[in-house]
Amino acid sequence: MANDAVATVAETRAGSVIADWSADKQTFQAPWGKAMMWIFLLSDTFIFSSFLVGYMNVRISSTIPWPIPSEVFALSFGGDPIPLILIAIMTFILITSSGTMAMAVNYGYRQNKKVTVMLMTATALLGASFVGMQAFEWTKLIVDEGVRPWGNPMGAPQFGAAFFMITGFHGLHVSAGVIYLGIIANRVRRGDYDKTGNYETVEIAGLYWHFVDLVWVFIFAFFYLW
Amino acid sequence: MSGAEGQQHPISTYLWIWGLLFVLSGFSYAVDYLQFEGYLRWSLILLFMFLKAGFIIAIFMHMMWERMALITAILLPPVALLFLIAFMAIEGDYTNLTREIVYSAPDFTPVSPHH
Repeated sequence: MANDAVATVAETRAGSVIADWSADKQTFQAPWGKAMMWIFLLSDTFIFSSFLVGYMNVRISSTIPWPIPSEVFALSFGGDPIPLILIAIMTFILITSSGTMAMAVNYGYRQNKKVTVMLMTATALLGASFVGMQAFEWTKLIVDEGVRPWGNPMGAPQFGAAFFMITGFHGLHVSAGVIYLGIIANRVRRGDYDKTGNYETVEIAGLYWHFVDLVWVFIFAFFYLW
Repeated sequence: MSGAEGQQHPISTYLWIWGLLFVLSGFSYAVDYLQFEGYLRWSLILLFMFLKAGFIIAIFMHMMWERMALITAILLPPVALLFLIAFMAIEGDYTNLTREIVYSAPDFTPVSPHH
């Protein structure tokens, strides 16, 4: 009875949603680890969004002008201060780390252990250097500029609380990611995935790492550029 | 369809997107360096931000090749955040206005009644 020239509903993109959600055993046709990582990242999206929306609210409601980020985060190398230079470098580092991670996942599925470990290690090192630069930024603001969560000499007193909370949470996520990547990279190196040839764990770790980069895209836009 | 082993894309895909993200980040930085202001600044910041986020999610995180059920389950709920953003922006603006009015110099000085 089925007409071969016409696709069944389940084969259309929208139809596949109905087919998946009405399936009798499982909804997501993906390894459970991947589905769970995506769901965790969804929850983390809401957490970071509530911080960013809170920051938006205190900045809009403040009658005292907000410190200008391109001035606050400028660095001089003996000459005129270059606005946001360290932040720009940090952004490029994180984007590069996402690139190395994506390639690591690809080489993982090709079952190339050596290159996968190299790329994952590169990703972790880039992430660690990002955290180091953020720590330098924090030190400069706390020690040199006198920024505190409750006040600062440059403008609205809520600036410090927003900055430390948002970048602190993000930096913690990056640090956790570096450790996570190190653990998985070591498992790859040890040959834990040789028997099954299943490198999904690398892809799942990659999802987490790209999320960390994604959050930085939003923080960079809303906190440093706006 | 994305199988358990993951689809194989050529490495060049990732290198191209990596380069594109570099360029978009450069543009974002240029918005500040060239000191754009006002609506032009904000709309460019948002444009580059969404473009970068889109490429990272779609290609690096492989979402483009996932099943629609997963795509919708993950990408639709954050739409609710638009409401949160709108409400909190309106509320913040109200708070700002109230602070301006209440904490500024009064233009009404009470006089005692003439009994």
